[in-house]
Amino acid sequence: MTDLLTPVLSANWGADNSWKLARYEATGGYRAMRKALAMAPTDVISLVKDANLRGRGGAGFPTGMKWSFVPQDNPNPKYLVVNADESEPGTCKDMPLLMASPHTLVEGIIISSFAINSHTAFIYCRGEVLHVIRRLQQAVREAYAAGYLGRNILGTGYDLDIIVHAGAGAYICGEETALLDSLEGRRGQPRLRPPFPAVAGLYASPTVINNVESIASVPSIVANGAAWFQSMGTEKSKGFTLYSLSGHVKRAGQFEAPMGITLRQLIDLAGGIRDGHELKFFTPGGSSTPILTADALDLPLDYEGMAGAGSMLGTKALQVFDETTSIVRTTLRFVEFYKHESCGKCTPCREGSWWLVQMLMKFEAGTAQEGDVDKMLDICDNIGGRSFCALADGAVACLTSAVRHFRPEFELGYHTPAWELFPYEKSALFTVEGDAR
Amino acid sequence: MTVDAKTSAEVTPKPDMVTLTIDGTQVSVPKGTLIIRAAEMIGTAIPRFCDHPLLDPVGACRQCMVEIPDAGNGRGFPKPQASCTMPVAEGMKVNTQVSSPVAKKAQEGMLELLLINHPLDCPICDKGGECPLQNQSLSHGYGESRYLGRKRTFPKPVNISAQILLDRERCVLCARCTRFSEQISGDPFIALVERGALQQIGTYEQDPYDSYFSGNVVQICPVGALTSAAYRFQSRPFDLVSTTTTCEHCAAGCQLRTDQRHHQVKRRLAGNLPEVNEEWSCDKGRFGFMYGRGDDRVTRPLVRRDGVLQPASWPEAIDVVVHGLRAAAGAVGVQTGGRLTVENAYGYSKFARVVLGTNNIDFRSRPASHEEARFLAANVAGRTVAESVNYADFDSASHVVLVGFEPEDESPIVFLRLRKAVRKNRLQVTTLAPFASRGTAKLNATLVPVAPGGEAAALAGLDGLDSGTVVLLGERVATLPGVLSTATARAAQTGARLAWIPRRAGEVGALEAGCLPGLLPGGRPTTDVRARVDVAAHWGVPTLPGTPGLSGDEQFAALANGSLKAVLIAGVDPYDLADPTTALAGLDNADFVLSIEQRMSAVTERADVVLPASLLEEQAGNFLNWEHRAGRVNNVNRQPVTPMTDLRILAALADAFGADLGFRAAKQAFADLNELGQWDGTRPAATRGGTHVKSEGIALASWRELLDASQGNDFELALRATARPALARLSPVTAERLALGDIVRVSDGTREVLLPLEATDGMVDDVVWVPMNPSRTDRLWAAPGTPVTVSAVFADEGE
Amino acid sequence: MSGHFASHFPDSGSVDYTDQSTDIDELGLEELRSLAERYPQPRSALLPMLHLVQSIDGRISPRGIEVCAEILGITTAQVSGVATFYTMYKRRPAGKQHVGICTTALCAVMGGDILLERAKEFLGIDENQTTPDGQISLERLECNAACDFAPVTMVNWEFFDNMTPQKLEHLLGDLREDREVVSPRGATITSWREAERVLAGFPDGRADEGPSAGHASLLGREIAAENDWTAPSPDAPPAAPKQGETK
Repeated sequence: MTDLLTPVLSANWGADNSWKLARYEATGGYRAMRKALAMAPTDVISLVKDANLRGRGGAGFPTGMKWSFVPQDNPNPKYLVVNADESEPGTCKDMPLLMASPHTLVEGIIISSFAINSHTAFIYCRGEVLHVIRRLQQAVREAYAAGYLGRNILGTGYDLDIIVHAGAGAYICGEETALLDSLEGRRGQPRLRPPFPAVAGLYASPTVINNVESIASVPSIVANGAAWFQSMGTEKSKGFTLYSLSGHVKRAGQFEAPMGITLRQLIDLAGGIRDGHELKFFTPGGSSTPILTADALDLPLDYEGMAGAGSMLGTKALQVFDETTSIVRTTLRFVEFYKHESCGKCTPCREGSWWLVQMLMKFEAGTAQEGDVDKMLDICDNIGGRSFCALADGAVACLTSAVRHFRPEFELGYHTPAWELFPYEKSALFTVEGDAR
Repeated sequence: MTVDAKTSAEVTPKPDMVTLTIDGTQVSVPKGTLIIRAAEMIGTAIPRFCDHPLLDPVGACRQCMVEIPDAGNGRGFPKPQASCTMPVAEGMKVNTQVSSPVAKKAQEGMLELLLINHPLDCPICDKGGECPLQNQSLSHGYGESRYLGRKRTFPKPVNISAQILLDRERCVLCARCTRFSEQISGDPFIALVERGALQQIGTYEQDPYDSYFSGNVVQICPVGALTSAAYRFQSRPFDLVSTTTTCEHCAAGCQLRTDQRHHQVKRRLAGNLPEVNEEWSCDKGRFGFMYGRGDDRVTRPLVRRDGVLQPASWPEAIDVVVHGLRAAAGAVGVQTGGRLTVENAYGYSKFARVVLGTNNIDFRSRPASHEEARFLAANVAGRTVAESVNYADFDSASHVVLVGFEPEDESPIVFLRLRKAVRKNRLQVTTLAPFASRGTAKLNATLVPVAPGGEAAALAGLDGLDSGTVVLLGERVATLPGVLSTATARAAQTGARLAWIPRRAGEVGALEAGCLPGLLPGGRPTTDVRARVDVAAHWGVPTLPGTPGLSGDEQFAALANGSLKAVLIAGVDPYDLADPTTALAGLDNADFVLSIEQRMSAVTERADVVLPASLLEEQAGNFLNWEHRAGRVNNVNRQPVTPMTDLRILAALADAFGADLGFRAAKQAFADLNELGQWDGTRPAATRGGTHVKSEGIALASWRELLDASQGNDFELALRATARPALARLSPVTAERLALGDIVRVSDGTREVLLPLEATDGMVDDVVWVPMNPSRTDRLWAAPGTPVTVSAVFADEGE
Repeated sequence: MSGHFASHFPDSGSVDYTDQSTDIDELGLEELRSLAERYPQPRSALLPMLHLVQSIDGRISPRGIEVCAEILGITTAQVSGVATFYTMYKRRPAGKQHVGICTTALCAVMGGDILLERAKEFLGIDENQTTPDGQISLERLECNAACDFAPVTMVNWEFFDNMTPQKLEHLLGDLREDREVVSPRGATITSWREAERVLAGFPDGRADEGPSAGHASLLGREIAAENDWTAPSPDAPPAAPKQGETK
């Protein structure tokens, strides 16, 4: 068994100037790139396949397999697009990675682009993170200056350009086809599939879209081998990953651990739930993943463990709420998020989130009608699985799971405002007078 | 498609067919068919809003959910799927609302969601009564809404153009309109804006939705969100009487549905004619039906007495006509314009030969040439639709070359069909023109820049012509020397096919009817004895005049110099001609002018007798479109103001002459013409055309824009307001050389226009383009290719 | 308590046409064109171009929409559709300093709601408004990917982590008075317009300011170091079973 925490991606985060090329190279950076560029591209794909790296953006699709779907006989250019549009509530792993060590991503992009025979790669980063974008831009400039990007990289004859692209505020652009439309200068609305991006993605050309963490994991796999990666994690969920712990814990933060650590272990590392309080519920992988309660504390946080509990691993974004928290209020705010971020393309998401927010506001205010819980569940049934993309499914999942676990609390919304049941200032991390608790 | 619910084993799928089971019924459909359309084939209508068979699938409204327990691979989908985006698969099982409670609930739930923010203002909504949302809510929705919240509202309505109005809160965001504007017409001046629950259709304020095809979005809107200024609050759909007919505005041959109430046309919609206009129409065809509503309508026979046209009875007017035409003793001309159905044209053709004894007849009420007449006789007349290039050929062609032809302006449905072929079949389009127009850009066409007059040389040297090429020749090539003969030669040499696409609806019909000095009906040469014998026998007359007659231009010249005495003229506007001055002089000098007309005009002003002819909506008949396809014109208005068609007037006149036209109803005339059939003898050969002589100075380039001052657009103000602004185009180099400012003066020596300058990149130097008919009064009379002068206008000159 | 539900939208659908002012000059046009040239297909530059328009005009101006359409060869309606889709594009002039307070579920519960109310009181404006002197604009944010630093506040898209009401009032006071403010996980605050210029793709040379990471980002790494936990050595044979308990 491996250590409880296994910093790989985050290993160099604390170092002075960790974001600079010189510092990155001093700790072994860009060696994997040299190794990969000496390999056959298909061997790089095989290596990533053998490692069984699964996409870290939420869906967990095997990365190597995704790469192998790119039709190499297609005459169009191939593109690699890195999804750095990290916006799922609770998810906060890619931004620190990019701020502290952008070269890890750049090196990963060079290796991955080489593997799929792409000569242009894009980093689509959400726009609301200025300093992250500064460091990404600088890292790409440094890589060009070092001859790691541009024409004839290190004399191998391989050419690659990376374009750092700032989004402009739209959660939906984390959905890969919406991201492509956005990157083409359009409204970020999801596309019909098929055609799948691997066949007709950006500019109708074969395109691979991977999460930041997935691509950033590639250099270590190339450097250390598939067996090394496989030596971490659980049976079907291999390797290390970043777990993001937030909310009512003593010390929130990033924990890089082998796949399958439990929330209990993570909360222990975080010093426990804040003093005098206990866990009420948590999201395992962002707000789109059905909430879980203390019953799930000892389940492995891997794809299978979370699916078995009726939820999803998602982005491993563990938002922890204690017993001071109103489930009605929290659910309302989650659903409001989806209403705000719904792209508007399809009926159930656009109209359904509008309706659910109004219903949940009544629950919060204690003015819901008898029977509204069932009505709300029925509306969820008319939304979930009917929408164009998974955004509405996320909205419905957090609501239906909340009702599943805390139905009586929703029923209190027939007569009592949530803020009376759960005075909101008690949930805050500071006292209302202003001192941090 | 085959359907057999009981003996499914007997169904033998064709190689390209896919067999699936929908609600227990097995059905075989072509590979690639979407489930929603496969279901239609067994009579199951799955409700839908965003789906439209002519638009790319989008899957936005999610109304058409079905259950798919088996996708054809033994595995089903756990959740309902949108049937409008998923193609069928062999062995697939689909359960629609008919057999699946899950699908039924999904559809009901979706309608409930669509209605939560819908105003339910059906009683005051134009769409009420023909509204897919209303209809499908009744057939597939819950009876009552559970929504108790606040509905989304916006200020309303918004004029997204002078013609189109938007009521945003009615919109279900199906994106049909935005997809139409982007995919079909290429005018994405409307777009989805905002997002989420605020998403809406929007324009950019300074750039309204001025598209030649904007009315289509009203027709395909599945709710009352988009309405037209022309029809808004005009009628309830259930009070309208609909008639299928054919559009009179150009030679595209679009089928229309014309709706009248109390014998007044309230609106026109695109019909459904897959071979021609599919389900689209241009705005001129849709909204241009008011031209007969003005005070200038001729409603009674008029006879000039003491120099003044005065109302007269039909017998009195006919007496004057007989007297006037007889007095000319054979020195008579006949001119027919482009508004005539083939039957009316046939009437004039026969009347000229049999009653007036002359071949002086010409339908080309526009600049024309002998080269054109010979080309038409050799290559166009006497053909059937089967022998002609047709719309479907655009889909199979690899290359289309446009010569003297701007399809978006001059034949909008040809433009749409070309654009479809470009988009779907990667058709390459080349255009020989002085600059790349908006239409050129939308066809992604390659511009071969030529100054007017240079087309023949450019065509002679054009590469890439082969048997997969179609060359489309516009009516403007008539006055571009050598183009038609070069086209003929290049076609013979390369195997490329030629098509002539005139602008006006009646031209091909008139050509087939024999309204040319050198042609009898069916493409028979006047000079061919056997042809004359054929026709004479068919018409039951001993002989027909054998000498070719005078063309329209020659007739006016002859009237002006007195060698021709009288003229019968119908549907001709002298200002449309190459030489209006001579035409007006001819009319002024004629001993006798008979005008058979719908509205007062420069001809009626000079006529001795004016006889009122029916509007198109008041009669039946056929147009032959550019493909030679007959498009049925049906009588929309059975209480006409002017019941006498051109044909009936001619029959009455023939009677008065003591002759017999042989038919007086359109049906008889059409049958008679078809019975005569096409000429099977030797066709006259096309002859070499002249060559263009380049003149000094700036060459004029020009064509008629769709929504210009054409009389067909009259009295429909919103339509005219969506026209493109009139402007003059020159290359930046030429504009600079001439030291032009914002406004330029273009003069043809006798007339001038002042227009804003649009310096146009890529335009041929020393050419100025102006619209041909921007206004009834301020327009040039010069033909394209002639030299004009262009000069700067200074602010202190006024204007 | 969230209370920001609206149902009538009188001003939606477009940018503000009533304000036709613009500072886009030939240099601005040149920079916009240079963005279009950075991409395999020019239209891909639209989002960065709109960021640049904001940096020049302080909002998405009508002129900005028109020049983007002209440079990219698309219609103004298409540009408008994009400009109104993304929340970072402002239709009315943002403040010199743009403040965002996250009120998505976690931050709201951790105190974001209270912080937003404090900010409104302190500034005397509502969300999506700008102080009359043009100094500060205020926005309710959706999740900004810093949940382990909740509650989260942003100034010109720079992180201000673990916010409290006192810290917020101090921050807003400094911004109001143009005192120097440094992001604890970023650079010295300049202005929203300068930030937009960086987002458009024109670096400001401040990438090396600030720390490598914030305390929360480093937490797991520090605990691992304290416990001498590491990823397995690639050279070692598959690690022998090791007790996973905290040392």
